[in-house]
Formats: sequence, C-alpha cells, structure tokens
Amino acid sequence: MSMLVPFGPQHPVLPEPLQLRLELDDEKVVSAIPVVGYVHRGLEKLAEQKDFIQDTYLIERVCGICSFQHSMAYSMGVEEIMNIEVPERANYLRVIWAELHRMHSHLLALGLLADAFGFENLFYTIWKVREEIMDAMEATTGARVMLGACCIGGVRKDINAEQAKFVLEKLANFEKDFKRPAEVILGDYSVKERLCGVGIIDGKKAYELGTVGPALRGSGVAKDHRMTGYAAYGKLGFEPVVENDCDCYARTKVRVRELYQSCELVKAALAALPEGELKTPFKGNPLGEAAVRVEQPRGEVLYYLRGNGTDKLDRLRIRTPTFANIAPLLNMLVGCGLPDVAVIILSIDPCISCTER
Amino acid sequence: MRLFSIFKDILGNLVKGPVTRNYPAEVRDPFPGERGKLVIDEKSCIFCGMCAKKCPANALTVTRQPKEWKFERFRCIICGACVEACPKKCLSMVPRLAEEPKAEAKAKEKAE
Repeated sequence: MSMLVPFGPQHPVLPEPLQLRLELDDEKVVSAIPVVGYVHRGLEKLAEQKDFIQDTYLIERVCGICSFQHSMAYSMGVEEIMNIEVPERANYLRVIWAELHRMHSHLLALGLLADAFGFENLFYTIWKVREEIMDAMEATTGARVMLGACCIGGVRKDINAEQAKFVLEKLANFEKDFKRPAEVILGDYSVKERLCGVGIIDGKKAYELGTVGPALRGSGVAKDHRMTGYAAYGKLGFEPVVENDCDCYARTKVRVRELYQSCELVKAALAALPEGELKTPFKGNPLGEAAVRVEQPRGEVLYYLRGNGTDKLDRLRIRTPTFANIAPLLNMLVGCGLPDVAVIILSIDPCISCTER
Repeated sequence: MRLFSIFKDILGNLVKGPVTRNYPAEVRDPFPGERGKLVIDEKSCIFCGMCAKKCPANALTVTRQPKEWKFERFRCIICGACVEACPKKCLSMVPRLAEEPKAEAKAKEKAE
C-alpha cells in the first residue's frame, strides 16, 4: 500500500522552501510531485517597472548566491540589443568575479550536502574555507555577495595590483585549506556509502530531460556554456569537467574538480589582465530583443529581454538552472529510499528563490 | 578504504584555538572600499536630485524648495549608484561600523 509523505517546505536539510510530495511504497519512493511558489517575489514584473539601468541592481538580487552571474547575463543581454562592445579588461574582470562566485557557491553546496547526510564537522570545515573566497570578493568590490560590480557596457570596479596580490594569496590559502575536506568528501568510506550509486540518471535521460550544470556533467555529458567562450573564457583555454558515474558522488566530484578549475581560471585571468577602459559609454534605450545564456554554478541560465525603445523593458524572462533541474530530480528520486531523498535533492544544489524569482 | 578520515582534523581542532574572532570585543578592520552605509556631506550638496533619480530602491527623496535631502536607510540596498551619480561628490560609502557624528554635534553644526 502506498502513502503520500510531504517532504518540505520546512525541512532541516532544505535551505529554502521546496515541497516534494513523495508517494512511498514502504520506504521506496514511487513518484514525486514538486510544489514550488513559496517565495515568489515578482522580480520579472518589477524589472519592467524600473528603468533598464536600475534593473542591473535589481537582477543581481534574483539569487543570493550566484548574484554576479545574473547581473552579468542581464548586462550581456542589453549589450547585445544595443550593440555595445565591452572593453577587454572588463571581460577579464567579469570572468574573475564570476569564477570567484562559482567557487563560493560550490563550497556552499558541498557544505550543505555534507550537512544533509549528517556530517556536521565537514560542513563547518568547508564553510570555513569559503570565507577565504568571500574575503577575496569583499576586498575587490566592497561587498561579500551583492558585488554590484557589473554594469551595462562593462564593470564598475577595478582590481589593482595590490588587490590582485590579495586575491592570489586567498586562492593559495583556499588550495591549502581545501585539500583536507576534499580528501574527506571524496575518499571517506562513510561519505561514499551515502553518495555512491544514489540518485542515478544516465547521460541520455539527463540530456533529454534538459538537465544543466554539474548534474548533467556528472552524467558524462560535456555541456558547459563557458565552452562557447563568452566574456573572456575563449581566451583562457576552458575545458569542461566531466564525470561518468551518473550518481550523487559523480556530481559532487564535478563540483570539487570545478573548484580547482575555477581557481586556475581566476589565476590565469589575473595574469593575463589587459590594461584599458572599464566600461564603454552608451546613449539611448534598448530597442529589440535578445536571448542570452550564461553558465552559473548550478548550470545554464537563460535571459530573454525585449526592449521597446523607452527606458523600461517590455519583457524580461529568466529561466534559472534549478528550474531546469527539477524534472531530472523527480526522475532521480524514483526507486530511492526515503533517507536518500535529502541527499539527492542537495546533489543538484537547488536554489529555490532564484527559481521562483 | 579510509574510515574516520576527518578524525585527524577533529583532534587538531581540540588542541587549536577557535578560528573565529571574539566578536564584538574584537572587530576585524574593514577592507578599504567596503560598502557599509551611505553618508552625505550636506554642506556641499546642491539638491540637484541626481541621486534620487538613479536610486534603484527609491530610498532617496530630494526637494529643492525647501532644500531637503531625505534618506530611508532601511530601503537602501547599498549599491553605490547615487555615489557615482553625485556631481558634487558629497555622497560617500563608509564601512558599516564607521562612527557617525553624534546627534549633539549634528545639532550644534546646524545651529552654527
């Protein structure tokens, strides 16, 4: 006999409100129905009421974790409509802050995952390492998460030689401090018992369901929007991280490897940082439409913008990576045990408030 | 296969001191350029209203007659758009814990 168990919206492992109605047969999940909409803020509508320059700050607040990439995607959209060419230095600076954001987001996700399977000590240790990255961001922009560094036509902040040295110091600290937690999360028997062979989704199915980000790359599909070389990624020799095990462990491994990769990308971007202007001045209002994709820590985000020639946008549509990952999540949950549900949810690194905007 | 591999770190933590600061007794120095809060030097303000126009959160209201510059601190999102827009450079962002002029000193300044 099957029964219905509501998982969330208030649950100790969920950082944000998401409800999954689980149909259980004894302890096995037969199906899951998602219920979202608890934290809808109407940001897309609000963005139509403010002018398109003010929207840059508003859009940054869509997500409280990967905020820089949201403002970057929005700015890239407006730049595409208005044919604004971004200076080379601004492109490199965007990559630096975007990768720092990816690092702090992945560390946050790994910590929460450790917390989800009851490994509190690992959670604290990883979040302690995360502070190094937060310091690097605060020292360069003046804020920890809402950097406010991206604007239409370029960037608002600069990184001078002293700040670059500080960032490199912090990255060296990260590499030194993260070595131990990485060994534990990838090598410890108890962690492997909880992650290996749990939440399996094969590459073909993952691709068909529209999975994005580390969840897709953990299933052996080499798809990462940074491969297209937007901003300065094309010049930094980017290769996607791929794992083939298709389970929670593979997705965790992708995140751990991406952390080191992002660290190298920031170092390379700092070394190759060209001199020049920070932003291109522009006049007028956007007229036309654009669709822009940017790779966020959780996967690909899609921005659709339509301008009507006034200072207010006609329409702004955001499709966030977690929204794309909900359908594969429901697929992963089928057949798993109730104790594994929390681990599987955290393995896609859900960000509910940016899904509901 | 490794078992209890975090044990080494836990034992280390027992011996080492805490990694956190003894806040609020011990406060970290702010980073230069930290965006903590908005302050205005009202003497050089010309009440042009550029800051209010640029503010994405509608936290500022400026009127020319009477000369008034109002700021709702709880609406402010500390983006710094107003600081960049100010033609007289009388607005600035200071660290969050920077001291503000005392109310008495402010009143004295007003009286003068």
